[in-house]
Amino acid sequence: MNIVTARGLTKDYGDLKAVDNIDFEIAMGECFGFLGPNGAGKTTAMGIIYCFMPPTSGEVMVFGMDVKRHPARIKSRIGVMPQDDNLDPDLTVFENLVVYARYFDIMKNESSSIARELLEFVELSRKSDVNIRDLSGGMKHRLLLARALINNPELLILDEPTTGLDPHSRHSVWEKLNHLKSKNTTLILTTHYMEEAEKLCDRVAIMDAGKILTIDSPSGLTDKHGGNLEEVYLKLTGRSLEA
Amino acid sequence: MKLKKAFRVWQRHFTVYTKLYKSSLALNFAEPVLYLVALGLGLGAFVGEINGVPYMKFIAPGIVASSAMFAAAYECTYGTYVRMTYQKTFDAILATPVNIDDLVAGELLWGASKSALYGTIIIIVISLFGLVDSAYIILAIPVLFFIGLIFAGISVIFTAIVPGIDSFNYFFTLFLTPLFLFSGIFFPLDALPPIVADLAFFTPLYHMVNILRSFAYGQIQNVLWDIVWIFAVTLLLAPLPFRLMRRKIIK
Repeated sequence: MNIVTARGLTKDYGDLKAVDNIDFEIAMGECFGFLGPNGAGKTTAMGIIYCFMPPTSGEVMVFGMDVKRHPARIKSRIGVMPQDDNLDPDLTVFENLVVYARYFDIMKNESSSIARELLEFVELSRKSDVNIRDLSGGMKHRLLLARALINNPELLILDEPTTGLDPHSRHSVWEKLNHLKSKNTTLILTTHYMEEAEKLCDRVAIMDAGKILTIDSPSGLTDKHGGNLEEVYLKLTGRSLEA
Repeated sequence: MKLKKAFRVWQRHFTVYTKLYKSSLALNFAEPVLYLVALGLGLGAFVGEINGVPYMKFIAPGIVASSAMFAAAYECTYGTYVRMTYQKTFDAILATPVNIDDLVAGELLWGASKSALYGTIIIIVISLFGLVDSAYIILAIPVLFFIGLIFAGISVIFTAIVPGIDSFNYFFTLFLTPLFLFSGIFFPLDALPPIVADLAFFTPLYHMVNILRSFAYGQIQNVLWDIVWIFAVTLLLAPLPFRLMRRKIIK
């Protein structure tokens, strides 16, 4: 069963086509990656899936519902881990989770125990009463992940979940994501790390200038085009990913 | 817009406020009391009475009204702007079932709540100073909430269109300060050329000052048209902050 179906999805910003007539499907329990350099349209494509912005044209269905018509119902079943830190700096680690839960109508009697479990999961239990300002970058990332899970989402959307992290923190996030995958949570992520795509994704869509160049499994791509995923990318776009 | 979702945003602000209120409440309450004491006692010693009312008592209701105005204005300019831009709180909230209209409604309700809260505190202060004749002043509290909605609305409109946080200086200096000075708080407007009173009629603070003064002196029959004015403008203004914020946020 498909969790997300996009047909002819296009998003214009004035003259710029951020996403240019793309089609894709994402199956339940799958980890799907959008791979591409900055400005390729990855973040925009995901923003439309979680109803942050409407598509200019085309149709996007999530859980069988149109993103234009049922954004609130769709969002109630999605977790979003943003690229930027948008934690609430006026609140503690624990309060961040409890206040966020309220937006999903999960009240404190219920959310306190969920928050404690999630802090355990992301190894931040000891930081429960700490102010956000006093967390390291890696800890903020893990808290953002915990916050994205507060409503027990069926679909988790992650925008560059490990960008800017040191190798140890990156592996820690990957480990959590693999655990979620094993529990049948559908994952959609953007990345420009080849290693991340190979480690986590069942399938990747390689994007460039708003278009999807190809969709395949990481191993399928390397089989077809030879070399590793990095070289496949270079071959398809004529550009290096790190640029 | 769903009221329950707007209330969730309001609750977030309330949670943050109850953590930080000690510092901000004291400051917001200090400034109006300074005006009241400095002008009431200092200038009052020379002015004596206006329309048969001791000067400090004359300005007290207007200080309540202006405190309410500034409370909503600060909250929904600097406060809203910081949440929207620097803290990215809006982005975080919009990834939940709360939509942009719920979010804007939450900002407005919170701004109005602060108006009611700060206005009420100053009402208590002026009552303790013996500057209120009538218990009708209690009826002013819900009106404070509506005047708060108007100023929150104007502030959110401004927040949605400014290029940066520095532009709020214009809003305060060119809009709110003139209202503060020319809404009949410190002197009756008939002391000035008639054009000033005519202009004042179109500004919200002028009506709020009338309402508070009438309630404080127990002359509630005078305020019907001021209240009608405030409700009408609240309704008239309501769609704009939503429309402009939608345009600003949803790209």
